[in-house]
Amino acid sequence: MLYAILCYAHEETVFAWSKEEEDAVMAKLIEVQTPYAQAGKLGPVGRLMPTTAATTVRKGKEEPLVLDGPFAETKEVLLGFYTLDVETLEEAVAFSKALSAVNPGSSSYEIRPFLVFRPGEIKHSETKT
Amino acid sequence: MTDIAWIELALTAARPQALGALLRYFRDLDTAEEAFQEACLRAIRTWPDKGPPRDPAAWLIFVGRNSGIDVVRKRSKNDPLPEEEAFSDLSDAEGDMAERLDNSHYRDDILRLMFICCHPDLPATQQIALALRIVSGLSVAQIARAFLVGDSAMEQRITRAKARVAKAGVPFETPGAAERAERLGIVSAMIYLVFNEGYSAGITNPDSAAFCDEAIRLARLLLRIFPAEPEIMGLLALMLLQHSRARTRIDANGQIVLLEDQDRSRWDSQLINEALALLDKAIRHRKPGPYQVQAAISALHARAPTPKDTDWKEITMLYGLLERIQPSPVVTLNKAVAVSKLEGPEAALEMIAPLAEKLDGYFYFHGVKGGLMMQSGHRQEAREAFDRAIALANSPAECAHIRQQIDKLGAVTPPAV
Repeated sequence: MLYAILCYAHEETVFAWSKEEEDAVMAKLIEVQTPYAQAGKLGPVGRLMPTTAATTVRKGKEEPLVLDGPFAETKEVLLGFYTLDVETLEEAVAFSKALSAVNPGSSSYEIRPFLVFRPGEIKHSETKT
Repeated sequence: MTDIAWIELALTAARPQALGALLRYFRDLDTAEEAFQEACLRAIRTWPDKGPPRDPAAWLIFVGRNSGIDVVRKRSKNDPLPEEEAFSDLSDAEGDMAERLDNSHYRDDILRLMFICCHPDLPATQQIALALRIVSGLSVAQIARAFLVGDSAMEQRITRAKARVAKAGVPFETPGAAERAERLGIVSAMIYLVFNEGYSAGITNPDSAAFCDEAIRLARLLLRIFPAEPEIMGLLALMLLQHSRARTRIDANGQIVLLEDQDRSRWDSQLINEALALLDKAIRHRKPGPYQVQAAISALHARAPTPKDTDWKEITMLYGLLERIQPSPVVTLNKAVAVSKLEGPEAALEMIAPLAEKLDGYFYFHGVKGGLMMQSGHRQEAREAFDRAIALANSPAECAHIRQQIDKLGAVTPPAV
């Protein structure tokens, strides 16, 4: 089963991290991902820019409205996502628990099974290394 | 990260909203700060066991308000009763904490908290110090180190600034649209001051370099509560772009590295990408302003893979636009630099000649003039301009940079004194 693992947290707190704190957390998160990547179970992982960089297109009366900001104003916002191909929900839960254990910033990981419509053709011009 | 470090981050993040709300309840900055402090102490005591609340700001407002009321009641045994109106929100104190948070207020709460730091009577450095103390919650010692003064001197400065603000009266009425726009402009300028303090003083003092991060955090906060303001997008984009070069604009010996000599592969691409996204959003509004235009200029540098790919034509055009929106000799000076890349140094020298009087006391003017004179082969004039620049340099790094230019000039007969 393919799972999208969606990471939610308080944006204000995460962006109050210093660069050093951020790097330390990222290193630990990568450590959790590595075995899954090596086993060929990890798909694209994305980090969303702050909600201040977001734009929302919403159905309007005549034509769609383009609005600044995220879709919903919430205390915890979607910060990023992992895609994971594992046999069982248990494994997806274990992966999420391991991420949660090393990430002081995230409040919740939402595990959502999904189907691939297209694997995608994007060449990752803005890949973060 | 330890639990306590994490809680401290959460408290810092919640501070502007929580303190802003407490200021509205108590209508007095000192009482609000005490109440917030008390709430933070309780958070540090209870959160590690119970886990952090889902909404830290709401928790802090609730706890801070209750402790603040206790303090005010104790005081009021001796004082005449406070006006009931001052505590207009107290009657529903038993309701559900998160639900009771009045979301329609919090934008103006945060804006007000920032706005009171920008009182026009306060000089720029005091506005910066006050904002970092009140809004960001930096300690007096931290701010003192950044300004290279003693703790007690900074404490005094902040106390005096607060007294000035209190005397002026804090505007508690909900602002109208025009007033809110005006406040946004003033607060944006203050945030940019904080950034520039970090940008210039940070060359030699790592304690002030942190101001850049703080200014970016404040701008993100402001944009989150006013998401459709293109000038705030522009301000944030501008600061992100400038900050993306923080690692490359000073070399290992503390010397200034010019934009064209910086190692572009070491620019922070994460910050640049965020800035470009913000700028795209801002441009859709078709309401250009000074921050957006400056960010657009900075973005053209960020987009150029090498200095010779720089779109100087577009940059010249943008400086022309900036001259129209916000005329200033410094803008013209910058435009002249762009023109020199397109048409050569002579054309630029012609442009800056009329600025000589106005910018006579400005380091950068003489530095630019010296550089242009050097390019056009006027070594004597170049030397004179560089000497003047050294006399006006604001930091040893600026001084050293001009000396390098003079070395490039080679031996020139020194001007008669």
